[in-house]
Amino acid sequence: MNFSWIFSYWPLLAAGAVQTVLLLVISVGFGFLLAIGLALAQIIGPRWLRWLARGYCTCLRGTPLLIQLWLLYYGVGSLLPLVPGLRGSFLWPIVREGFFFAAVSFTLNYAAYEAEVLRGALLAVPKGELEAGRSFGMSSWTLLRRIWLPRAIRIALPTIAGEVVLQLKATPLAFTVTVMDLYAVAYKVRQDTLLVYEPLMVVTVFYVFLTLLITRAFKLVEAQVPVRR
Amino acid sequence: MSSTQSMLELLSPYPPGWGGVLLSGAFSTVMISLGAYLVGMLIGLLGAIGKLKGNRPVLFVLDVYTTAVRAIPELILIIGLYYAGTDGLNRILLTLGLPAIEINGFVAAIAVLGIVQGAYMTEVLRGAILAIPVGQIEAASAFGMRPFLRFRRIVLPALMPNALPGLANLWMSVTKDSALIAVVGYQELALATRLAAGNTKHYFLFFLAAAALYLVITLLSNVVFGLLESRFRRGQPKTV
Repeated sequence: MNFSWIFSYWPLLAAGAVQTVLLLVISVGFGFLLAIGLALAQIIGPRWLRWLARGYCTCLRGTPLLIQLWLLYYGVGSLLPLVPGLRGSFLWPIVREGFFFAAVSFTLNYAAYEAEVLRGALLAVPKGELEAGRSFGMSSWTLLRRIWLPRAIRIALPTIAGEVVLQLKATPLAFTVTVMDLYAVAYKVRQDTLLVYEPLMVVTVFYVFLTLLITRAFKLVEAQVPVRR
Repeated sequence: MSSTQSMLELLSPYPPGWGGVLLSGAFSTVMISLGAYLVGMLIGLLGAIGKLKGNRPVLFVLDVYTTAVRAIPELILIIGLYYAGTDGLNRILLTLGLPAIEINGFVAAIAVLGIVQGAYMTEVLRGAILAIPVGQIEAASAFGMRPFLRFRRIVLPALMPNALPGLANLWMSVTKDSALIAVVGYQELALATRLAAGNTKHYFLFFLAAAALYLVITLLSNVVFGLLESRFRRGQPKTV
Protein backbone atom coordinates (compact mmCIF):
# COMPACT_ATOMS: atom_id res chain seq x y z
CA MET A 1 0.00 0.00 0.00
CA ASN A 2 1.40 3.30 -1.09
CA PHE A 3 -0.37 6.49 -0.18
CA SER A 4 2.41 9.00 -0.77
CA TRP A 5 0.68 10.24 -3.94
CA ILE A 6 -1.92 11.97 -1.78
CA PHE A 7 0.54 14.78 -0.99
CA SER A 8 0.86 15.84 -4.60
CA TYR A 9 -2.72 15.12 -5.58
CA TRP A 10 -4.72 16.57 -2.72
CA PRO A 11 -5.65 19.81 -4.53
CA LEU A 12 -7.07 17.72 -7.36
CA LEU A 13 -8.87 15.46 -4.88
CA ALA A 14 -10.40 18.46 -3.15
CA ALA A 15 -11.50 19.95 -6.47
CA GLY A 16 -12.98 16.58 -7.44
CA ALA A 17 -14.87 16.36 -4.16
CA VAL A 18 -16.29 19.84 -4.78
CA GLN A 19 -17.46 18.77 -8.24
CA THR A 20 -19.11 15.64 -6.83
CA VAL A 21 -20.90 17.56 -4.10
CA LEU A 22 -21.90 20.27 -6.58
CA LEU A 23 -23.40 17.68 -8.92
CA LEU A 24 -25.30 16.14 -6.01
CA VAL A 25 -26.62 19.45 -4.69
CA ILE A 26 -27.66 20.75 -8.11
CA SER A 27 -29.40 17.54 -9.16
CA VAL A 28 -31.17 17.03 -5.83
CA GLY A 29 -32.19 20.70 -5.53
CA PHE A 30 -33.56 21.26 -9.01
CA GLY A 31 -34.73 17.66 -9.29
CA PHE A 32 -36.84 18.07 -6.18
CA LEU A 33 -38.56 21.18 -7.52
CA LEU A 34 -39.25 19.39 -10.80
CA ALA A 35 -40.50 16.35 -8.89
CA ILE A 36 -43.08 18.41 -6.99
CA GLY A 37 -44.48 19.59 -10.31
CA LEU A 38 -44.44 16.08 -11.76
CA ALA A 39 -46.11 14.55 -8.71
CA LEU A 40 -48.83 17.21 -8.62
CA ALA A 41 -49.38 16.83 -12.36
CA GLN A 42 -49.95 13.12 -11.82
CA ILE A 43 -52.47 13.69 -9.03
CA ILE A 44 -54.47 16.82 -9.84
CA GLY A 45 -53.47 17.62 -13.42
CA PRO A 46 -55.82 17.35 -16.39
CA ARG A 47 -55.73 14.00 -18.13
CA TRP A 48 -53.23 14.89 -20.87
CA LEU A 49 -50.81 16.35 -18.31
CA ARG A 50 -51.25 13.29 -16.11
CA TRP A 51 -50.33 11.00 -19.00
CA LEU A 52 -47.39 13.17 -19.91
CA ALA A 53 -45.97 13.10 -16.37
CA ARG A 54 -46.62 9.36 -16.12
CA GLY A 55 -44.83 8.73 -19.41
CA TYR A 56 -41.90 10.89 -18.37
CA CYS A 57 -41.44 8.95 -15.13
CA THR A 58 -41.75 5.57 -16.87
CA CYS A 59 -39.25 6.47 -19.58
CA LEU A 60 -36.64 7.91 -17.23
CA ARG A 61 -37.00 5.13 -14.69
CA GLY A 62 -36.97 2.46 -17.37
CA THR A 63 -33.68 3.38 -19.01
CA PRO A 64 -30.19 3.42 -17.49
CA LEU A 65 -28.82 6.76 -16.32
CA LEU A 66 -25.67 6.07 -18.34
CA ILE A 67 -27.69 5.93 -21.57
CA GLN A 68 -29.56 9.11 -20.66
CA LEU A 69 -26.29 10.86 -19.93
CA TRP A 70 -24.71 9.73 -23.20
CA LEU A 71 -27.87 10.60 -25.13
CA LEU A 72 -27.64 14.14 -23.80
CA TYR A 73 -23.89 14.53 -24.07
CA TYR A 74 -23.25 12.87 -27.42
CA GLY A 75 -26.71 13.16 -28.99
CA VAL A 76 -28.06 16.54 -27.93
CA GLY A 77 -24.51 17.83 -27.59
CA SER A 78 -23.87 17.15 -31.26
CA LEU A 79 -27.08 18.94 -32.24
CA LEU A 80 -26.49 22.03 -30.08
CA PRO A 81 -23.96 23.73 -32.40
CA LEU A 82 -26.67 23.67 -35.08
CA VAL A 83 -28.79 26.05 -32.99
CA PRO A 84 -28.26 29.45 -34.62
CA GLY A 85 -26.65 32.08 -32.42
CA LEU A 86 -25.92 29.75 -29.50
CA ARG A 87 -22.26 29.47 -30.37
CA GLY A 88 -21.60 33.17 -29.96
CA SER A 89 -23.81 33.67 -26.93
CA PHE A 90 -22.72 33.89 -23.29
CA LEU A 91 -24.28 30.44 -22.69
CA TRP A 92 -21.83 28.61 -24.94
CA PRO A 93 -19.00 28.21 -22.37
CA ILE A 94 -21.47 26.55 -19.99
CA VAL A 95 -23.33 24.47 -22.54
CA ARG A 96 -20.06 23.18 -23.99
CA GLU A 97 -18.94 21.51 -20.75
CA GLY A 98 -19.58 17.92 -19.73
CA PHE A 99 -20.58 19.22 -16.32
CA PHE A 100 -23.64 20.92 -17.78
CA PHE A 101 -24.86 17.72 -19.42
CA ALA A 102 -24.16 15.64 -16.32
CA ALA A 103 -26.04 18.11 -14.10
CA VAL A 104 -29.02 18.23 -16.48
CA SER A 105 -29.31 14.47 -16.94
CA PHE A 106 -28.88 13.75 -13.20
CA THR A 107 -31.53 16.35 -12.41
CA LEU A 108 -34.03 14.91 -14.90
CA ASN A 109 -33.35 11.37 -13.69
CA TYR A 110 -33.60 12.26 -10.00
CA ALA A 111 -36.85 14.14 -10.62
CA ALA A 112 -38.44 11.04 -12.16
CA TYR A 113 -37.63 8.83 -9.17
CA GLU A 114 -38.48 11.52 -6.62
CA ALA A 115 -41.82 12.26 -8.31
CA GLU A 116 -42.95 8.68 -7.69
CA VAL A 117 -41.97 8.95 -4.02
CA LEU A 118 -43.74 12.29 -3.63
CA ARG A 119 -46.83 11.06 -5.43
CA GLY A 120 -47.22 8.28 -2.89
CA ALA A 121 -46.56 10.66 -0.01
CA LEU A 122 -49.03 13.28 -1.26
CA LEU A 123 -51.70 10.61 -1.44
CA ALA A 124 -50.80 9.41 2.06
CA VAL A 125 -51.56 12.74 3.75
CA PRO A 126 -54.67 12.17 5.92
CA LYS A 127 -57.78 13.57 4.25
CA GLY A 128 -59.01 15.15 7.47
CA GLU A 129 -56.06 17.52 7.60
CA LEU A 130 -56.72 18.77 4.09
CA GLU A 131 -60.43 19.16 4.86
CA ALA A 132 -59.57 21.06 8.03
CA GLY A 133 -57.41 23.41 6.00
CA ARG A 134 -60.15 23.91 3.45
CA SER A 135 -62.71 24.62 6.15
CA PHE A 136 -60.43 27.41 7.40
CA GLY A 137 -60.97 28.99 4.00
CA MET A 138 -57.46 28.35 2.65
CA SER A 139 -57.11 28.71 -1.08
CA SER A 140 -55.77 25.62 -2.80
CA TRP A 141 -52.34 27.26 -3.20
CA THR A 142 -52.14 28.12 0.52
CA LEU A 143 -53.35 24.63 1.39
CA LEU A 144 -50.62 23.11 -0.77
CA ARG A 145 -47.94 25.40 0.65
CA ARG A 146 -48.91 25.19 4.32
CA ILE A 147 -50.30 21.69 4.77
CA TRP A 148 -50.29 19.29 1.85
CA LEU A 149 -46.67 19.61 0.71
CA PRO A 150 -44.99 19.94 4.13
CA ARG A 151 -46.90 16.93 5.44
CA ALA A 152 -46.08 14.88 2.35
CA ILE A 153 -42.39 15.74 2.57
CA ARG A 154 -42.36 14.69 6.23
CA ILE A 155 -43.96 11.38 5.31
CA ALA A 156 -41.50 10.80 2.47
CA LEU A 157 -38.36 11.85 4.39
CA PRO A 158 -36.88 8.37 5.00
CA THR A 159 -37.36 7.47 1.35
CA ILE A 160 -35.95 10.82 0.22
CA ALA A 161 -32.84 10.18 2.32
CA GLY A 162 -32.39 6.88 0.50
CA GLU A 163 -32.89 8.53 -2.88
CA VAL A 164 -30.28 11.20 -2.11
CA VAL A 165 -27.74 8.53 -1.20
CA LEU A 166 -28.56 6.67 -4.43
CA GLN A 167 -28.07 9.94 -6.30
CA LEU A 168 -24.67 10.42 -4.66
CA LYS A 169 -23.69 6.96 -5.80
CA ALA A 170 -24.77 7.80 -9.36
CA THR A 171 -22.50 10.86 -9.63
CA PRO A 172 -19.30 8.97 -10.62
CA LEU A 173 -20.97 8.33 -13.99
CA ALA A 174 -20.15 11.95 -14.80
CA PHE A 175 -16.55 10.89 -15.34
CA THR A 176 -17.59 9.22 -18.61
CA VAL A 177 -18.39 12.67 -20.01
CA THR A 178 -15.10 14.32 -18.98
CA VAL A 179 -16.24 15.84 -15.68
CA MET A 180 -13.30 15.94 -13.24
CA ASP A 181 -15.28 14.62 -10.29
CA LEU A 182 -13.83 12.63 -7.42
CA TYR A 183 -13.89 9.36 -9.29
CA ALA A 184 -12.24 10.92 -12.34
CA VAL A 185 -9.42 12.09 -10.08
CA ALA A 186 -8.93 8.54 -8.83
CA TYR A 187 -8.84 7.41 -12.45
CA LYS A 188 -6.21 10.02 -13.27
CA VAL A 189 -4.10 8.99 -10.29
CA ARG A 190 -4.25 5.42 -11.52
CA GLN A 191 -3.09 6.44 -14.97
CA ASP A 192 -0.28 8.61 -13.58
CA THR A 193 1.04 6.35 -10.83
CA LEU A 194 -0.15 2.88 -11.93
CA LEU A 195 -1.64 2.36 -8.47
CA VAL A 196 -5.03 0.65 -8.88
CA TYR A 197 -6.49 0.13 -5.43
CA GLU A 198 -5.20 2.99 -3.27
CA PRO A 199 -6.94 5.84 -5.13
CA LEU A 200 -10.16 3.82 -5.27
CA MET A 201 -9.92 3.27 -1.52
CA VAL A 202 -9.40 6.94 -0.72
CA VAL A 203 -12.33 7.92 -2.94
CA THR A 204 -14.48 5.18 -1.41
CA VAL A 205 -13.82 6.48 2.08
CA PHE A 206 -15.03 9.89 0.95
CA TYR A 207 -18.24 8.49 -0.53
CA VAL A 208 -18.98 6.44 2.59
CA PHE A 209 -18.30 9.49 4.75
CA LEU A 210 -20.66 11.58 2.65
CA THR A 211 -23.30 8.83 2.88
CA LEU A 212 -23.05 8.86 6.67
CA LEU A 213 -23.31 12.66 6.64
CA ILE A 214 -26.45 12.58 4.51
CA THR A 215 -28.18 9.92 6.61
CA ARG A 216 -27.22 11.78 9.81
CA ALA A 217 -28.57 15.07 8.45
CA PHE A 218 -31.87 13.49 7.45
CA LYS A 219 -32.15 11.81 10.88
CA LEU A 220 -31.83 15.25 12.48
CA VAL A 221 -34.56 16.69 10.28
CA GLU A 222 -36.77 13.70 10.96
CA ALA A 223 -36.26 14.08 14.71
CA GLN A 224 -37.64 17.63 14.61
CA VAL A 225 -41.14 16.24 14.62
CA PRO A 226 -41.75 13.69 17.38
CA VAL A 227 -43.70 10.65 16.24
CA ARG A 228 -45.89 8.81 18.68
CA ARG A 229 -45.89 5.06 18.21
CA MET B 1 -30.28 15.84 -40.87
CA SER B 2 -30.68 12.68 -42.85
CA SER B 3 -33.95 11.43 -44.26
CA THR B 4 -36.09 8.76 -42.63
CA GLN B 5 -35.00 6.33 -45.35
CA SER B 6 -31.35 6.40 -44.30
CA MET B 7 -32.31 6.22 -40.62
CA LEU B 8 -34.12 2.98 -41.25
CA GLU B 9 -31.09 1.75 -43.17
CA LEU B 10 -28.84 2.63 -40.22
CA LEU B 11 -31.05 0.69 -37.82
CA SER B 12 -31.57 -2.32 -40.10
CA PRO B 13 -30.43 -5.60 -38.53
CA TYR B 14 -28.15 -6.50 -41.46
CA PRO B 15 -24.85 -4.79 -42.25
CA PRO B 16 -24.27 -2.00 -43.16
CA GLY B 17 -27.12 -1.29 -40.69
CA TRP B 18 -26.22 -1.38 -37.00
CA GLY B 19 -29.48 -2.85 -35.72
CA GLY B 20 -27.95 -6.32 -35.43
CA VAL B 21 -25.11 -5.03 -33.25
CA LEU B 22 -27.63 -3.30 -31.00
CA LEU B 23 -29.85 -6.36 -30.75
CA SER B 24 -26.98 -8.69 -29.90
CA GLY B 25 -25.89 -6.09 -27.34
CA ALA B 26 -29.38 -6.14 -25.86
CA PHE B 27 -29.23 -9.94 -25.79
CA SER B 28 -25.97 -9.95 -23.84
CA THR B 29 -27.39 -7.29 -21.51
CA VAL B 30 -30.29 -9.61 -20.72
CA MET B 31 -27.97 -12.61 -20.32
CA ILE B 32 -25.59 -10.74 -17.99
CA SER B 33 -28.54 -9.48 -15.98
CA LEU B 34 -30.07 -12.94 -15.71
CA GLY B 35 -26.77 -14.50 -14.65
CA ALA B 36 -26.06 -11.78 -12.11
CA TYR B 37 -29.60 -12.02 -10.81
CA LEU B 38 -29.32 -15.75 -10.20
CA VAL B 39 -25.86 -15.44 -8.59
CA GLY B 40 -27.21 -12.60 -6.48
CA MET B 41 -30.21 -14.68 -5.43
CA LEU B 42 -27.97 -17.53 -4.32
CA ILE B 43 -25.72 -15.17 -2.34
CA GLY B 44 -28.79 -13.39 -0.97
CA LEU B 45 -30.43 -16.60 0.19
CA LEU B 46 -27.27 -17.77 1.95
CA GLY B 47 -26.74 -14.27 3.35
CA ALA B 48 -30.29 -14.00 4.65
CA ILE B 49 -30.09 -17.38 6.36
CA GLY B 50 -26.68 -16.42 7.76
CA LYS B 51 -28.03 -13.13 9.08
CA LEU B 52 -30.96 -14.84 10.75
CA LYS B 53 -29.25 -17.96 12.08
CA GLY B 54 -25.53 -17.21 12.10
CA ASN B 55 -23.20 -16.76 15.03
CA ARG B 56 -21.40 -13.54 15.76
CA PRO B 57 -18.47 -13.70 13.29
CA VAL B 58 -20.84 -14.66 10.46
CA LEU B 59 -23.16 -11.80 11.38
CA PHE B 60 -20.26 -9.36 11.44
CA VAL B 61 -18.93 -10.43 8.04
CA LEU B 62 -22.39 -10.24 6.47
CA ASP B 63 -23.04 -6.84 8.03
CA VAL B 64 -19.79 -5.49 6.60
CA TYR B 65 -20.63 -6.99 3.20
CA THR B 66 -24.13 -5.56 2.91
CA THR B 67 -23.21 -2.16 4.36
CA ALA B 68 -20.13 -1.77 2.18
CA VAL B 69 -21.85 -2.74 -1.05
CA ARG B 70 -24.78 -0.45 -0.37
CA ALA B 71 -22.61 2.52 0.64
CA ILE B 72 -20.09 2.46 -2.22
CA PRO B 73 -21.06 3.74 -5.67
CA GLU B 74 -21.82 0.92 -8.11
CA LEU B 75 -19.35 2.19 -10.67
CA ILE B 76 -16.46 2.08 -8.17
CA LEU B 77 -17.54 -1.34 -6.91
CA ILE B 78 -17.75 -2.74 -10.41
CA ILE B 79 -14.40 -1.37 -11.49
CA GLY B 80 -12.73 -2.31 -8.21
CA LEU B 81 -14.12 -5.84 -8.16
CA TYR B 82 -13.41 -6.31 -11.85
CA TYR B 83 -9.72 -5.51 -11.52
CA ALA B 84 -9.26 -6.87 -8.00
CA GLY B 85 -11.10 -10.06 -8.97
CA THR B 86 -9.14 -10.85 -12.11
CA ASP B 87 -5.88 -9.73 -10.48
CA GLY B 88 -6.50 -11.69 -7.27
CA LEU B 89 -7.47 -14.86 -9.08
CA ASN B 90 -4.34 -14.73 -11.19
CA ARG B 91 -2.18 -14.20 -8.10
CA ILE B 92 -3.76 -17.21 -6.42
CA LEU B 93 -3.14 -19.27 -9.54
CA LEU B 94 0.44 -18.01 -9.61
CA THR B 95 1.12 -19.05 -6.02
CA LEU B 96 -0.34 -22.47 -6.81
CA GLY B 97 2.09 -22.71 -9.69
CA LEU B 98 -0.58 -22.51 -12.37
CA PRO B 99 -0.40 -20.26 -15.42
CA ALA B 100 -2.36 -17.00 -15.36
CA ILE B 101 -5.67 -17.02 -17.22
CA GLU B 102 -7.54 -14.38 -19.13
CA ILE B 103 -10.92 -14.13 -17.45
CA ASN B 104 -13.87 -14.07 -19.80
CA GLY B 105 -15.52 -10.63 -19.69
CA PHE B 106 -18.96 -12.24 -19.59
CA VAL B 107 -18.17 -14.34 -16.52
CA ALA B 108 -16.46 -11.43 -14.78
CA ALA B 109 -19.44 -9.17 -15.44
CA ILE B 110 -21.84 -11.73 -14.00
CA ALA B 111 -19.66 -12.31 -10.95
CA VAL B 112 -19.22 -8.60 -10.23
CA LEU B 113 -22.87 -7.66 -10.70
CA GLY B 114 -23.90 -10.80 -8.80
CA ILE B 115 -21.86 -9.79 -5.77
CA VAL B 116 -23.48 -6.33 -5.84
CA GLN B 117 -26.95 -7.84 -6.24
CA GLY B 118 -26.30 -10.33 -3.46
CA ALA B 119 -26.04 -7.60 -0.84
CA TYR B 120 -29.39 -6.05 -1.74
CA MET B 121 -30.93 -9.50 -2.16
CA THR B 122 -29.79 -10.46 1.36
CA GLU B 123 -31.75 -7.60 2.86
CA VAL B 124 -34.86 -8.20 0.75
CA LEU B 125 -34.96 -11.93 1.55
CA ARG B 126 -34.17 -11.37 5.23
CA GLY B 127 -37.13 -9.02 5.50
CA ALA B 128 -39.36 -11.45 3.63
CA ILE B 129 -38.39 -14.37 5.87
CA LEU B 130 -38.98 -12.26 8.99
CA ALA B 131 -42.47 -11.44 7.73
CA ILE B 132 -43.51 -15.12 7.73
CA PRO B 133 -45.72 -15.84 10.76
CA VAL B 134 -43.62 -17.79 13.27
CA GLY B 135 -46.48 -20.21 13.85
CA GLN B 136 -46.17 -21.62 10.33
CA ILE B 137 -42.49 -22.46 10.84
CA GLU B 138 -43.15 -23.87 14.30
CA ALA B 139 -45.96 -26.00 12.91
CA ALA B 140 -43.58 -27.41 10.30
CA SER B 141 -41.03 -28.26 13.00
CA ALA B 142 -43.78 -29.85 15.09
CA PHE B 143 -44.54 -32.11 12.12
CA GLY B 144 -40.94 -33.25 12.30
CA MET B 145 -39.78 -31.63 9.06
CA ARG B 146 -36.02 -31.39 8.64
CA PRO B 147 -34.67 -27.82 8.15
CA PHE B 148 -34.18 -28.32 4.41
CA LEU B 149 -37.61 -29.81 3.83
CA ARG B 150 -39.13 -27.09 6.01
CA PHE B 151 -37.38 -24.47 3.95
CA ARG B 152 -38.50 -25.96 0.65
CA ARG B 153 -42.11 -26.65 1.60
CA ILE B 154 -42.99 -23.86 4.02
CA VAL B 155 -40.51 -20.99 4.10
CA LEU B 156 -39.86 -20.62 0.37
CA PRO B 157 -43.51 -20.54 -0.77
CA ALA B 158 -44.40 -18.23 2.12
CA LEU B 159 -41.57 -15.78 1.53
CA MET B 160 -42.07 -15.39 -2.22
CA PRO B 161 -45.12 -13.09 -2.11
CA ASN B 162 -43.41 -10.91 0.50
CA ALA B 163 -40.16 -10.75 -1.44
CA LEU B 164 -41.50 -10.34 -4.98
CA PRO B 165 -41.89 -6.53 -5.05
CA GLY B 166 -38.32 -6.15 -3.77
CA LEU B 167 -37.07 -8.81 -6.18
CA ALA B 168 -38.79 -7.02 -9.08
CA ASN B 169 -37.08 -3.76 -8.11
CA LEU B 170 -33.72 -5.54 -8.00
CA TRP B 171 -34.25 -7.03 -11.45
CA MET B 172 -35.02 -3.57 -12.85
CA SER B 173 -31.91 -2.17 -11.22
CA VAL B 174 -29.64 -4.98 -12.46
CA THR B 175 -30.77 -4.54 -16.07
CA LYS B 176 -29.82 -0.89 -15.78
CA ASP B 177 -26.66 -1.45 -13.71
CA SER B 178 -25.43 -3.83 -16.39
CA ALA B 179 -24.89 -0.70 -18.52
CA LEU B 180 -22.01 0.13 -16.16
CA ILE B 181 -20.17 -2.95 -17.43
CA ALA B 182 -19.61 -0.88 -20.59
CA VAL B 183 -17.04 1.13 -18.64
CA VAL B 184 -14.80 -1.91 -18.14
CA GLY B 185 -15.10 -2.72 -21.83
CA TYR B 186 -17.48 -5.65 -22.18
CA GLN B 187 -19.73 -5.21 -25.15
CA GLU B 188 -23.33 -5.11 -23.99
CA LEU B 189 -26.06 -2.78 -25.16
CA ALA B 190 -24.57 0.48 -23.87
CA LEU B 191 -21.13 -0.12 -25.36
CA ALA B 192 -22.54 -1.51 -28.62
CA THR B 193 -24.57 1.67 -28.93
CA ARG B 194 -21.56 3.85 -28.34
CA LEU B 195 -19.68 1.91 -30.98
CA ALA B 196 -22.49 2.25 -33.52
CA ALA B 197 -22.97 5.92 -32.72
CA GLY B 198 -19.27 6.69 -32.90
CA ASN B 199 -18.89 4.95 -36.24
CA THR B 200 -21.86 6.57 -37.93
CA LYS B 201 -21.84 9.91 -36.06
CA HIS B 202 -25.59 9.53 -35.52
CA TYR B 203 -25.33 9.80 -31.74
CA PHE B 204 -28.88 10.95 -31.11
CA LEU B 205 -30.51 8.22 -33.18
CA PHE B 206 -28.58 5.34 -31.66
CA PHE B 207 -28.82 6.39 -28.02
CA LEU B 208 -32.54 6.91 -28.48
CA ALA B 209 -32.78 3.42 -29.98
CA ALA B 210 -30.84 1.96 -27.03
CA ALA B 211 -33.08 3.78 -24.56
CA ALA B 212 -36.09 2.31 -26.36
CA LEU B 213 -34.59 -1.19 -26.10
CA TYR B 214 -33.98 -0.78 -22.36
CA LEU B 215 -37.52 0.52 -21.97
CA VAL B 216 -38.87 -2.53 -23.77
CA ILE B 217 -36.88 -4.80 -21.45
CA THR B 218 -38.26 -2.95 -18.42
CA LEU B 219 -41.86 -2.97 -19.61
CA LEU B 220 -41.73 -6.66 -20.51
CA SER B 221 -40.25 -7.46 -17.09
CA ASN B 222 -43.07 -5.49 -15.49
CA VAL B 223 -45.58 -7.77 -17.19
CA VAL B 224 -43.67 -10.92 -16.20
CA PHE B 225 -43.38 -9.88 -12.56
CA GLY B 226 -47.06 -8.93 -12.50
CA LEU B 227 -47.93 -12.46 -13.67
CA LEU B 228 -45.50 -14.03 -11.18
CA GLU B 229 -46.96 -12.04 -8.31
CA SER B 230 -50.54 -13.02 -9.10
CA ARG B 231 -49.36 -16.63 -9.38
CA PHE B 232 -47.58 -16.61 -5.99
CA ARG B 233 -50.41 -14.69 -4.33
CA ARG B 234 -53.08 -17.16 -5.46
CA GLY B 235 -55.28 -18.20 -2.59
CA GLN B 236 -54.40 -15.11 -0.58
CA PRO B 237 -57.17 -12.68 0.35
CA LYS B 238 -57.15 -9.57 -1.87
CA THR B 239 -56.49 -6.26 -0.15
CA VAL B 240 -59.00 -3.47 -0.85
